[in-house]
Amino acid sequence: MTNDKRTHIGKRVAQELLDGDYVNLGIGLPTEAANHIPEGRKVVFQSENGIMGVGPAPAEGQEDKDMINAGGGYITAVPGASFFDSATSFAIIRGKHIDVTVLGALQVDQEGNLANWMIPGKLIPGMGGAMDLVTGAKKVIVAMEHCDKHGNPKILKKCNLPLTAPHCVNLIITEMAVIEVTPQGLLLKEITEGYTLEEVLKATEAELIVPDSLK
Amino acid sequence: MFQLISAEEAAAMIKPHSRIALGGFLAVGTPETILDAIVEAGINNLHIIAITSDYIGKGIGKLVDAHLVKSVQVSHMGTNKNIQDQVNSGEIQSELIPQGTLMERVRAFGAGLGGVLTPTGLGTIVAEGKQIINVDGKDYLLEPAIPSDFALIRAHKADKAGNLIYRKTARNGNPVMAMAGRITIAEVDEILEDEYIDPEAVITPGVFVNYIVLSKEGRK
Repeated sequence: MTNDKRTHIGKRVAQELLDGDYVNLGIGLPTEAANHIPEGRKVVFQSENGIMGVGPAPAEGQEDKDMINAGGGYITAVPGASFFDSATSFAIIRGKHIDVTVLGALQVDQEGNLANWMIPGKLIPGMGGAMDLVTGAKKVIVAMEHCDKHGNPKILKKCNLPLTAPHCVNLIITEMAVIEVTPQGLLLKEITEGYTLEEVLKATEAELIVPDSLK
Repeated sequence: MFQLISAEEAAAMIKPHSRIALGGFLAVGTPETILDAIVEAGINNLHIIAITSDYIGKGIGKLVDAHLVKSVQVSHMGTNKNIQDQVNSGEIQSELIPQGTLMERVRAFGAGLGGVLTPTGLGTIVAEGKQIINVDGKDYLLEPAIPSDFALIRAHKADKAGNLIYRKTARNGNPVMAMAGRITIAEVDEILEDEYIDPEAVITPGVFVNYIVLSKEGRK
Protein backbone atom coordinates (compact mmCIF):
# COMPACT_ATOMS: atom_id res chain seq x y z
CA MET A 1 0.00 0.00 0.00
CA THR A 2 1.22 3.49 -0.76
CA ASN A 3 1.96 5.83 2.10
CA ASP A 4 -0.77 8.18 0.86
CA LYS A 5 -3.43 5.49 1.19
CA ARG A 6 -2.07 4.45 4.57
CA THR A 7 -2.10 8.00 5.88
CA HIS A 8 -5.57 8.66 4.51
CA ILE A 9 -7.04 5.57 6.17
CA GLY A 10 -5.19 6.31 9.42
CA LYS A 11 -6.52 9.86 9.53
CA ARG A 12 -10.05 8.79 8.76
CA VAL A 13 -9.98 6.07 11.45
CA ALA A 14 -8.63 8.62 13.94
CA GLN A 15 -11.77 10.74 13.42
CA GLU A 16 -13.81 7.84 14.82
CA LEU A 17 -11.82 7.73 18.06
CA LEU A 18 -13.46 10.09 20.51
CA ASP A 19 -12.27 11.90 23.58
CA GLY A 20 -12.11 9.46 26.51
CA ASP A 21 -12.29 6.32 24.37
CA TYR A 22 -10.40 3.15 25.28
CA VAL A 23 -9.20 1.72 21.99
CA ASN A 24 -7.47 -1.42 20.75
CA LEU A 25 -5.67 -1.09 17.41
CA GLY A 26 -4.83 -4.24 15.47
CA ILE A 27 -1.40 -4.94 14.02
CA GLY A 28 -0.41 -3.19 10.78
CA LEU A 29 -2.55 -0.56 9.10
CA PRO A 30 -4.86 0.12 12.11
CA THR A 31 -1.91 1.33 14.21
CA GLU A 32 -1.52 4.23 11.76
CA ALA A 33 -4.56 5.85 13.42
CA ALA A 34 -2.56 6.51 16.59
CA ASN A 35 -0.40 8.96 14.63
CA HIS A 36 -3.37 11.16 13.75
CA ILE A 37 -5.22 11.80 17.00
CA PRO A 38 -5.91 15.55 17.15
CA GLU A 39 -4.08 17.56 19.77
CA GLY A 40 -6.00 17.74 23.04
CA ARG A 41 -8.11 14.63 22.40
CA LYS A 42 -7.51 11.96 25.05
CA VAL A 43 -7.64 8.46 23.58
CA VAL A 44 -6.22 5.58 25.61
CA PHE A 45 -4.75 2.64 23.71
CA GLN A 46 -4.74 -0.93 24.96
CA SER A 47 -2.49 -3.70 23.77
CA GLU A 48 -3.94 -7.10 24.56
CA ASN A 49 -0.72 -8.62 25.87
CA GLY A 50 -1.36 -6.53 28.98
CA ILE A 51 -1.12 -2.75 28.93
CA MET A 52 -3.58 0.14 28.93
CA GLY A 53 -1.94 3.42 27.99
CA VAL A 54 0.35 2.55 25.10
CA GLY A 55 2.56 5.46 24.09
CA PRO A 56 4.58 6.07 20.93
CA ALA A 57 7.44 3.84 19.83
CA PRO A 58 10.63 4.59 21.77
CA ALA A 59 13.52 6.48 20.22
CA GLU A 60 16.23 4.28 18.77
CA GLY A 61 18.42 2.95 21.55
CA GLN A 62 15.70 3.52 24.16
CA GLU A 63 13.91 0.20 23.61
CA ASP A 64 13.05 -1.83 26.71
CA LYS A 65 12.91 -5.55 25.95
CA ASP A 66 9.99 -5.98 28.37
CA MET A 67 7.89 -3.33 26.62
CA ILE A 68 6.13 -4.59 23.51
CA ASN A 69 2.71 -4.39 21.93
CA ALA A 70 0.74 -7.38 20.68
CA GLY A 71 2.59 -7.22 17.37
CA GLY A 72 5.96 -7.50 19.07
CA GLY A 73 6.92 -3.88 18.37
CA TYR A 74 8.63 -1.84 21.07
CA ILE A 75 6.40 0.67 22.82
CA THR A 76 6.44 3.20 25.62
CA ALA A 77 3.80 3.81 28.27
CA VAL A 78 1.97 7.12 28.80
CA PRO A 79 1.49 8.62 32.28
CA GLY A 80 -1.46 6.81 33.87
CA ALA A 81 -0.72 3.55 32.05
CA SER A 82 -1.33 0.23 33.75
CA PHE A 83 0.00 -3.29 33.27
CA PHE A 84 -2.13 -6.37 33.84
CA ASP A 85 -2.11 -10.08 33.11
CA SER A 86 -3.60 -11.46 29.91
CA ALA A 87 -6.75 -12.83 31.57
CA THR A 88 -7.52 -9.35 32.89
CA SER A 89 -6.67 -7.93 29.48
CA PHE A 90 -9.31 -10.12 27.86
CA ALA A 91 -11.79 -9.43 30.65
CA ILE A 92 -11.43 -5.81 29.55
CA ILE A 93 -11.98 -6.83 25.92
CA ARG A 94 -14.71 -9.45 26.26
CA GLY A 95 -16.44 -7.60 29.08
CA LYS A 96 -17.30 -4.65 26.81
CA HIS A 97 -14.90 -2.18 28.40
CA ILE A 98 -13.19 -1.33 25.08
CA ASP A 99 -14.98 1.40 23.16
CA VAL A 100 -13.47 0.78 19.74
CA THR A 101 -11.36 -1.91 18.15
CA VAL A 102 -9.83 -1.40 14.72
CA LEU A 103 -8.74 -4.43 12.71
CA GLY A 104 -7.72 -5.40 9.22
CA ALA A 105 -9.76 -7.86 7.16
CA LEU A 106 -9.40 -10.44 4.45
CA GLN A 107 -13.14 -10.20 3.77
CA VAL A 108 -16.16 -8.35 5.13
CA ASP A 109 -19.70 -8.93 3.93
CA GLN A 110 -22.98 -7.07 3.82
CA GLU A 111 -24.21 -8.70 7.03
CA GLY A 112 -21.18 -7.39 8.90
CA ASN A 113 -19.51 -10.80 9.01
CA LEU A 114 -15.73 -10.63 9.28
CA ALA A 115 -13.02 -13.03 8.06
CA ASN A 116 -9.52 -11.99 9.01
CA TRP A 117 -7.61 -14.90 10.49
CA MET A 118 -7.37 -17.89 8.19
CA ILE A 119 -7.01 -18.96 4.58
CA PRO A 120 -7.59 -22.73 4.56
CA GLY A 121 -4.69 -24.68 3.12
CA LYS A 122 -2.52 -21.61 3.15
CA LEU A 123 -2.09 -19.16 5.94
CA ILE A 124 -3.04 -20.41 9.41
CA PRO A 125 -1.18 -18.23 11.88
CA GLY A 126 -3.98 -18.35 14.47
CA MET A 127 -6.64 -15.92 15.55
CA GLY A 128 -4.68 -14.46 18.46
CA GLY A 129 -6.97 -11.97 20.17
CA ALA A 130 -9.08 -11.09 17.12
CA MET A 131 -12.12 -13.25 17.90
CA ASP A 132 -12.36 -11.87 21.43
CA LEU A 133 -11.85 -8.28 20.24
CA VAL A 134 -14.64 -8.32 17.65
CA THR A 135 -16.96 -10.15 20.02
CA GLY A 136 -16.36 -7.86 22.97
CA ALA A 137 -15.59 -4.33 21.74
CA LYS A 138 -18.47 -1.86 21.71
CA LYS A 139 -17.60 -0.75 18.18
CA VAL A 140 -15.72 -2.71 15.52
CA ILE A 141 -14.05 -0.79 12.72
CA VAL A 142 -12.43 -2.57 9.78
CA ALA A 143 -9.58 -0.56 8.28
CA MET A 144 -8.23 -2.03 5.07
CA GLU A 145 -7.51 -1.59 1.40
CA HIS A 146 -10.73 -1.74 -0.58
CA CYS A 147 -9.51 -4.60 -2.80
CA ASP A 148 -6.94 -7.34 -2.36
CA LYS A 149 -3.54 -7.19 -4.02
CA HIS A 150 -4.96 -8.78 -7.17
CA GLY A 151 -7.66 -6.10 -7.38
CA ASN A 152 -10.47 -8.39 -6.24
CA PRO A 153 -13.19 -6.95 -3.98
CA LYS A 154 -12.89 -7.71 -0.25
CA ILE A 155 -16.32 -6.29 0.59
CA LEU A 156 -18.56 -9.17 -0.44
CA LYS A 157 -22.14 -10.35 -0.47
CA LYS A 158 -21.05 -13.28 1.70
CA CYS A 159 -17.66 -14.13 3.20
CA ASN A 160 -16.33 -17.47 1.99
CA LEU A 161 -13.31 -17.66 4.31
CA PRO A 162 -13.70 -18.95 7.89
CA LEU A 163 -15.25 -16.21 10.01
CA THR A 164 -13.61 -14.39 12.87
CA ALA A 165 -17.11 -13.65 14.10
CA PRO A 166 -20.54 -13.20 12.52
CA HIS A 167 -22.41 -9.87 12.54
CA CYS A 168 -19.66 -7.97 14.32
CA VAL A 169 -18.50 -5.14 12.02
CA ASN A 170 -19.93 -1.63 12.48
CA LEU A 171 -17.87 0.47 10.08
CA ILE A 172 -15.55 -0.15 7.13
CA ILE A 173 -12.90 2.42 6.26
CA THR A 174 -10.85 2.04 3.09
CA GLU A 175 -8.81 4.35 0.88
CA MET A 176 -11.90 4.71 -1.37
CA ALA A 177 -14.84 4.97 0.99
CA VAL A 178 -16.45 4.82 4.41
CA ILE A 179 -19.23 2.25 4.70
CA GLU A 180 -21.52 1.66 7.66
CA VAL A 181 -23.06 -1.71 8.42
CA THR A 182 -26.76 -1.10 9.11
CA PRO A 183 -29.66 -3.51 9.68
CA GLN A 184 -30.74 -2.69 6.09
CA GLY A 185 -27.32 -3.45 4.62
CA LEU A 186 -24.13 -1.58 3.76
CA LEU A 187 -24.65 2.17 3.70
CA LEU A 188 -22.14 4.19 1.69
CA LYS A 189 -21.33 7.17 3.90
CA GLU A 190 -18.40 8.84 2.15
CA ILE A 191 -16.45 8.60 -1.07
CA THR A 192 -12.85 9.72 -0.82
CA GLU A 193 -12.00 12.73 -2.95
CA GLY A 194 -10.45 11.54 -6.17
CA TYR A 195 -12.73 8.50 -6.52
CA THR A 196 -16.09 8.28 -8.26
CA LEU A 197 -19.21 6.41 -7.20
CA GLU A 198 -18.77 4.11 -10.20
CA GLU A 199 -15.25 3.22 -9.11
CA VAL A 200 -16.43 2.41 -5.58
CA LEU A 201 -19.33 0.28 -6.85
CA LYS A 202 -17.01 -1.58 -9.25
CA ALA A 203 -14.55 -2.34 -6.44
CA THR A 204 -17.33 -3.61 -4.15
CA GLU A 205 -19.10 -6.93 -4.66
CA ALA A 206 -21.65 -6.33 -1.90
CA GLU A 207 -24.81 -4.31 -2.51
CA LEU A 208 -24.31 -0.74 -1.35
CA ILE A 209 -27.09 1.57 -0.25
CA VAL A 210 -26.19 4.88 -1.88
CA PRO A 211 -27.80 8.00 -0.42
CA ASP A 212 -28.94 10.75 -2.81
CA SER A 213 -26.19 13.03 -1.55
CA LEU A 214 -23.55 10.71 -3.06
CA LYS A 215 -25.26 10.07 -6.40
CA MET B 1 6.76 -22.82 50.56
CA PHE B 2 9.05 -22.61 47.56
CA GLN B 3 12.47 -24.15 47.15
CA LEU B 4 15.30 -22.50 45.27
CA ILE B 5 16.63 -24.88 42.62
CA SER B 6 18.86 -24.74 39.55
CA ALA B 7 17.50 -24.73 36.01
CA GLU B 8 18.99 -28.22 35.59
CA GLU B 9 17.09 -29.47 38.63
CA ALA B 10 13.93 -27.90 37.24
CA ALA B 11 14.45 -29.65 33.91
CA ALA B 12 15.07 -32.96 35.67
CA MET B 13 11.60 -32.80 37.23
CA ILE B 14 9.94 -32.57 33.85
CA LYS B 15 9.33 -35.88 32.15
CA PRO B 16 8.55 -36.67 28.51
CA HIS B 17 4.82 -36.20 27.74
CA SER B 18 4.46 -33.55 30.46
CA ARG B 19 1.87 -30.85 29.92
CA ILE B 20 3.51 -27.45 30.36
CA ALA B 21 1.75 -24.10 30.74
CA LEU B 22 4.39 -21.68 29.50
CA GLY B 23 4.38 -17.97 30.32
CA GLY B 24 5.38 -15.26 27.87
CA PHE B 25 4.17 -13.42 24.81
CA LEU B 26 6.30 -13.26 21.66
CA ALA B 27 9.33 -14.29 23.74
CA VAL B 28 8.86 -11.45 26.23
CA GLY B 29 8.49 -12.89 29.72
CA THR B 30 9.47 -16.43 28.74
CA PRO B 31 11.62 -18.45 31.18
CA GLU B 32 14.61 -18.75 28.85
CA THR B 33 17.01 -20.22 31.41
CA ILE B 34 14.65 -23.10 32.22
CA LEU B 35 13.90 -23.65 28.53
CA ASP B 36 17.63 -23.86 27.78
CA ALA B 37 17.97 -26.53 30.48
CA ILE B 38 15.06 -28.55 29.04
CA VAL B 39 16.69 -28.43 25.60
CA GLU B 40 20.00 -29.48 27.13
CA ALA B 41 18.30 -32.40 28.90
CA GLY B 42 16.45 -33.34 25.70
CA ILE B 43 13.06 -33.91 27.34
CA ASN B 44 10.72 -34.70 24.47
CA ASN B 45 7.09 -35.30 23.52
CA LEU B 46 6.09 -32.22 25.46
CA HIS B 47 2.64 -30.68 25.32
CA ILE B 48 2.90 -26.90 25.45
CA ILE B 49 0.17 -24.44 26.37
CA ALA B 50 1.22 -20.90 25.45
CA ILE B 51 -0.24 -17.70 24.04
CA THR B 52 2.14 -17.38 21.09
CA SER B 53 4.75 -19.65 19.56
CA ASP B 54 7.46 -16.98 19.93
CA TYR B 55 10.32 -17.04 17.45
CA ILE B 56 12.89 -19.46 16.07
CA GLY B 57 15.55 -19.73 18.76
CA LYS B 58 13.54 -17.93 21.43
CA GLY B 59 10.93 -19.03 23.97
CA ILE B 60 8.93 -22.06 22.88
CA GLY B 61 10.90 -21.81 19.65
CA LYS B 62 13.89 -23.37 21.43
CA LEU B 63 11.83 -26.49 22.20
CA VAL B 64 10.43 -26.62 18.67
CA ASP B 65 13.86 -26.21 17.07
CA ALA B 66 15.07 -29.20 19.12
CA HIS B 67 11.99 -31.26 18.10
CA LEU B 68 10.87 -31.71 21.70
CA VAL B 69 7.24 -30.69 21.18
CA LYS B 70 4.47 -33.20 20.49
CA SER B 71 1.46 -30.90 20.68
CA VAL B 72 0.50 -27.30 21.37
CA GLN B 73 -2.50 -25.29 22.45
CA VAL B 74 -1.77 -21.71 21.35
CA SER B 75 -3.61 -18.68 20.03
CA HIS B 76 -1.02 -17.66 17.46
CA MET B 77 1.92 -19.21 15.64
CA GLY B 78 2.45 -16.78 12.80
CA THR B 79 5.86 -15.62 14.02
CA ASN B 80 7.61 -18.98 13.97
CA LYS B 81 8.15 -20.78 10.67
CA ASN B 82 9.59 -23.89 12.32
CA ILE B 83 6.45 -24.58 14.31
CA GLN B 84 4.30 -24.02 11.23
CA ASP B 85 6.43 -26.49 9.28
CA GLN B 86 6.21 -29.08 12.06
CA VAL B 87 2.46 -28.58 12.31
CA ASN B 88 2.08 -28.91 8.53
CA SER B 89 4.18 -32.09 8.47
CA GLY B 90 2.13 -33.61 11.28
CA GLU B 91 5.02 -33.73 13.75
CA ILE B 92 3.19 -31.32 16.07
CA GLN B 93 -0.53 -31.53 16.79
CA SER B 94 -2.01 -28.09 17.28
CA GLU B 95 -5.17 -26.56 18.65
CA LEU B 96 -5.64 -22.86 17.92
CA ILE B 97 -7.61 -21.13 20.65
CA PRO B 98 -8.79 -17.51 20.85
CA GLN B 99 -6.41 -15.76 23.22
CA GLY B 100 -9.02 -14.69 25.76
CA THR B 101 -10.52 -18.17 25.75
CA LEU B 102 -7.09 -19.75 26.19
CA MET B 103 -6.39 -17.57 29.22
CA GLU B 104 -9.74 -18.38 30.83
CA ARG B 105 -9.39 -22.12 30.17
CA VAL B 106 -5.97 -22.09 31.83
CA ARG B 107 -7.20 -19.89 34.66
CA ALA B 108 -10.20 -22.20 35.16
CA PHE B 109 -7.92 -25.16 35.78
CA GLY B 110 -5.86 -23.21 38.29
CA ALA B 111 -9.01 -21.98 39.99
CA GLY B 112 -10.57 -25.43 40.29
CA LEU B 113 -13.27 -24.84 37.68
CA GLY B 114 -14.38 -27.30 35.01
CA GLY B 115 -14.45 -24.66 32.31
CA VAL B 116 -15.92 -21.34 31.29
CA LEU B 117 -18.77 -19.96 29.17
CA THR B 118 -17.72 -17.45 26.52
CA PRO B 119 -19.41 -15.82 23.52
CA THR B 120 -16.06 -15.76 21.66
CA GLY B 121 -16.01 -18.24 18.78
CA LEU B 122 -19.79 -18.58 18.36
CA GLY B 123 -20.65 -18.89 14.68
CA THR B 124 -17.09 -19.83 13.73
CA ILE B 125 -15.12 -23.06 13.31
CA VAL B 126 -13.99 -22.67 16.93
CA ALA B 127 -17.53 -23.66 17.97
CA GLU B 128 -17.49 -26.92 16.01
CA GLY B 129 -18.27 -29.89 18.26
CA LYS B 130 -18.70 -27.73 21.33
CA GLN B 131 -21.71 -27.45 23.55
CA ILE B 132 -23.66 -24.17 23.42
CA ILE B 133 -25.29 -23.11 26.66
CA ASN B 134 -27.94 -20.42 26.88
CA VAL B 135 -27.88 -18.21 29.96
CA ASP B 136 -30.59 -15.57 30.32
CA GLY B 137 -31.30 -15.60 26.60
CA LYS B 138 -27.71 -15.36 25.46
CA ASP B 139 -25.63 -18.16 23.89
CA TYR B 140 -22.18 -19.11 25.11
CA LEU B 141 -19.66 -21.78 24.19
CA LEU B 142 -18.71 -24.22 26.90
CA GLU B 143 -14.90 -24.20 26.91
CA PRO B 144 -13.29 -26.81 29.18
CA ALA B 145 -10.43 -26.10 31.58
CA ILE B 146 -6.95 -26.88 30.25
CA PRO B 147 -4.94 -28.98 32.69
CA SER B 148 -1.20 -28.77 33.05
CA ASP B 149 1.43 -30.66 35.01
CA PHE B 150 3.92 -27.82 35.17
CA ALA B 151 3.71 -24.08 34.83
CA LEU B 152 6.99 -22.50 33.75
CA ILE B 153 6.86 -18.78 34.22
CA ARG B 154 9.07 -15.72 34.20
CA ALA B 155 8.84 -13.03 36.88
CA HIS B 156 11.01 -10.08 37.84
CA LYS B 157 11.45 -10.33 41.60
CA ALA B 158 10.51 -12.84 44.25
CA ASP B 159 10.66 -12.42 48.00
CA LYS B 160 11.41 -15.08 50.59
CA ALA B 161 7.72 -15.91 50.79
CA GLY B 162 7.68 -16.71 47.06
CA ASN B 163 5.56 -13.69 46.23
CA LEU B 164 6.22 -12.43 42.72
CA ILE B 165 6.16 -9.19 40.81
CA TYR B 166 6.65 -8.84 37.09
CA ARG B 167 8.16 -6.24 34.82
CA LYS B 168 6.00 -4.23 32.38
CA THR B 169 4.49 -6.24 29.51
CA ALA B 170 6.61 -9.25 30.52
CA ARG B 171 3.75 -9.95 32.95
CA ASN B 172 1.37 -11.06 30.13
CA GLY B 173 0.15 -14.63 30.66
CA ASN B 174 2.58 -15.43 33.47
CA PRO B 175 0.32 -14.82 36.50
CA VAL B 176 -2.41 -16.93 34.87
CA MET B 177 -0.07 -19.78 34.00
CA ALA B 178 1.38 -19.56 37.54
CA MET B 179 -2.00 -20.54 38.99
CA ALA B 180 -2.44 -23.48 36.65
CA GLY B 181 0.57 -25.71 37.21
CA ARG B 182 0.28 -28.63 39.56
CA ILE B 183 3.91 -27.65 40.00
CA THR B 184 4.84 -24.06 39.24
CA ILE B 185 8.43 -23.09 38.61
CA ALA B 186 9.22 -19.39 38.40
CA GLU B 187 12.37 -18.00 36.81
CA VAL B 188 13.23 -14.65 38.37
CA ASP B 189 15.89 -11.97 38.08
CA GLU B 190 16.30 -11.65 41.80
CA ILE B 191 15.17 -12.99 45.17
CA LEU B 192 14.92 -10.16 47.67
CA GLU B 193 17.05 -10.93 50.70
CA ASP B 194 16.33 -8.17 53.20
CA GLU B 195 12.78 -7.13 52.46
CA TYR B 196 9.44 -8.47 51.36
CA ILE B 197 7.37 -7.21 48.44
CA ASP B 198 4.70 -4.83 49.73
CA PRO B 199 1.67 -7.12 50.25
CA GLU B 200 -0.44 -4.54 48.39
CA ALA B 201 1.86 -4.83 45.37
CA VAL B 202 2.15 -8.63 45.14
CA ILE B 203 0.92 -9.87 41.76
CA THR B 204 1.35 -13.63 42.20
CA PRO B 205 0.99 -14.73 45.84
CA GLY B 206 3.70 -17.16 46.90
CA VAL B 207 1.16 -19.90 47.52
CA PHE B 208 1.14 -20.57 43.76
CA VAL B 209 4.93 -20.92 43.53
CA ASN B 210 6.64 -24.26 44.22
CA TYR B 211 10.14 -23.67 42.90
CA ILE B 212 12.25 -20.68 41.94
CA VAL B 213 15.14 -20.63 39.48
CA LEU B 214 17.47 -17.65 39.18
CA SER B 215 17.59 -16.38 35.62
CA LYS B 216 20.83 -16.27 33.70
CA GLU B 217 19.29 -13.69 31.36
CA GLY B 218 20.42 -10.12 31.63
CA ARG B 219 17.69 -7.52 31.88
CA LYS B 220 17.10 -4.92 29.16
